[in-house]
Amino acid sequence: MTVMEQRGAYRPTPPPAWQPRTDPAPLLPDARPYRVLGTEAAAKADPELLRRLYAELVRGRRYNTQATALTKQGRLAVYPSSTGQEACQVAAALVLQERDWLFPSYRDTLAAVARGVDPVQALTLLRGDWHTGYDPYEHRVAPLCTPLATQLPHAVGLAHAARLKGDDVVALALVGDGGTSEGDFHEALNFAAVWQAPVVFLVQNNGFAISVPLAKQTAAPSLAHKAVGYGMPGRLVDGNDAAAVHEVLADAVAHAREGGGPTLVEAVTYRLDAHTNADDATRYRADAEVEAWRDHDPIVLLERELTDRGLLDQDGMRAAREDAEAMAADLRTRMNQDPALDPRELFANVYAEPTSQLMEQEAQLRAELDAEAAGPEGAGR
Amino acid sequence: MTTVALKPATMAQALTRALRDAMAADASVHVMGEDVGTLGGVFRVTDGLAKEFGDDRCTDTPLAEAGILGTAVGMAMYGLRPVVEMQFDAFAYPAFEQLVSHVARMRNRTRGAMPLPITVRVPYGGGIGGVEHHSDSSEAYYMATPGLHVVTPATVADAYGLLRAAIASDDPVVFLEPKRLYWSKDTWNPEEPEAVEPIGRAVVRRPGRSATLITYGPSLPVCLEAAEAARAEGWDLEVVDLRSLVPFDDATVTASVRRTGRAVVVHESNGFGGPGGEIAARVTERCFHYLEAPVLRVAGFDIPYPPPMLERHHLPGVDRILDAVGRLQWEAGS
Repeated sequence: MTVMEQRGAYRPTPPPAWQPRTDPAPLLPDARPYRVLGTEAAAKADPELLRRLYAELVRGRRYNTQATALTKQGRLAVYPSSTGQEACQVAAALVLQERDWLFPSYRDTLAAVARGVDPVQALTLLRGDWHTGYDPYEHRVAPLCTPLATQLPHAVGLAHAARLKGDDVVALALVGDGGTSEGDFHEALNFAAVWQAPVVFLVQNNGFAISVPLAKQTAAPSLAHKAVGYGMPGRLVDGNDAAAVHEVLADAVAHAREGGGPTLVEAVTYRLDAHTNADDATRYRADAEVEAWRDHDPIVLLERELTDRGLLDQDGMRAAREDAEAMAADLRTRMNQDPALDPRELFANVYAEPTSQLMEQEAQLRAELDAEAAGPEGAGR
Repeated sequence: MTTVALKPATMAQALTRALRDAMAADASVHVMGEDVGTLGGVFRVTDGLAKEFGDDRCTDTPLAEAGILGTAVGMAMYGLRPVVEMQFDAFAYPAFEQLVSHVARMRNRTRGAMPLPITVRVPYGGGIGGVEHHSDSSEAYYMATPGLHVVTPATVADAYGLLRAAIASDDPVVFLEPKRLYWSKDTWNPEEPEAVEPIGRAVVRRPGRSATLITYGPSLPVCLEAAEAARAEGWDLEVVDLRSLVPFDDATVTASVRRTGRAVVVHESNGFGGPGGEIAARVTERCFHYLEAPVLRVAGFDIPYPPPMLERHHLPGVDRILDAVGRLQWEAGS
């Protein structure tokens, strides 16, 4: 008997609108992050999928180290590395169908590349030539988003629009632990649940928002718990276990595609590198902590599983490394070429048709460029 | 579907008609916002749309402006044309990050691949006795953001024509609706709506020879009244209605001021950092040798929007405009 029933004589039954939409219990995440690798569940995993995840992880790691090296050489203004978080990135890309959409944040270049975006084009934002180097419609990857969590409502709106049009499309949006504190995170989850939009939110909890640890970011038992208040399921997964992240995301994507609405997935992972090259991570975390996480490296975990089960040998590992090395060499070569930029393009895509004000400014710039090309004498000075 | 019989004449009705016609003409047009559905909007501008087009095309959203505009971005990415309502000027501020960080620059940051045809309807301005946060004139914020069009009608016909143009535009448009003109009437006949008015053209509402009043939105009727009153003092004032703040119609404004040699910019938004400063600078740059006096501004005071019982002292009225016109008899050294 509930408290309300006991007091029935004194208090009216609340009208239906006051009742919780559902029993919250099914929405609650597991107490511990879900794991596949090293458990009995691994036996059910598709060996082909595991091998593919492995190849992508090795490629992803190499991409991260190469991009970091390019930063040190001054070829990139900045690179927010996802070293240690590759399992989340790769699973997010591989779980989607071609018609689905990915909404990455600035740290998610790897997810974009794993989805098919050209490795060089994925870096233009960070190189500084153009904000988005790829056509978002080509691989259905939204522009890398720098403001925190503001891409989440976009994912909700796109998924909602697709459903209104009768299209079988799911949107997957990536956000970090820090981003869950932003207002747009709340509004996106609320809209998604109210509209039952086919969208999946993947929080990559890498422990720190630049330097602020999770304990100072939230008082919730887990970030996945935040789902319950919106009326959507929360799932907690080991973010370094590529098979587990893939499985949980695949379930969430299928649930969304079948009309079941949104899911919030929290992947517990760790950023092994600093926030960016501008950050000194030794100021806010101990080496011992980083070393402990190295033992839980996503590549090591999957490699161990595959070799233990005889699904991967030395040749297979070498092939994966060589493939990654070829990608890195190509990236290096192409990134070492200076991009050809036309300054007049500054005015090309501000509006569909440039305003008279922009046309005047373009003429001014053209005159400056002409004078520059003519040199000091040609400029008549 | 039954046709909703609209009475002609008010600006609010012209806006409703524009939304309805746009939705009927293009299935990708979606109206969304807090209270726009069953209630028909707090100003009844969306009245009847949910009934006629269904909840999916005229959607009551959760109360969250960033969410309303943020989801509209995603909808526009997928080929829809969202028309979002911000209900009141100051309520739009939570959506400001979505507006300036995404809506305004998505075309640019994707090098033209991803235009966002979103119309953001913002009822704005004072004069209706609204309480705090219900009377702001926020146009300067929007004007300062490249990538946005900023449009504001002052007549019933323009309300229809410009809103149709805004919805049809492939660029985002901040559509500022002067609240105190919602119930202003005109001879506009909704059975034969005016042609869609291209965005970016100012219009001379009243020709004159001795000075130009440059204005827009809620201040237009005040300027027309002032122009009539000024006749008694020998002034023949020209009144230019900008209609579009971005793009700015330099040609019409410049031609007018070169003819008259004097100009006053009138708006109810505060003066410091307000639209008038930009307009006065543009006019001065283009008309310096034609000017008989400095370009003057008549604007709201540089104060947070005052409580309603004092707002008449804040809003530029006929007397304040006439005072400024008097100061146009400027002599060097005075």
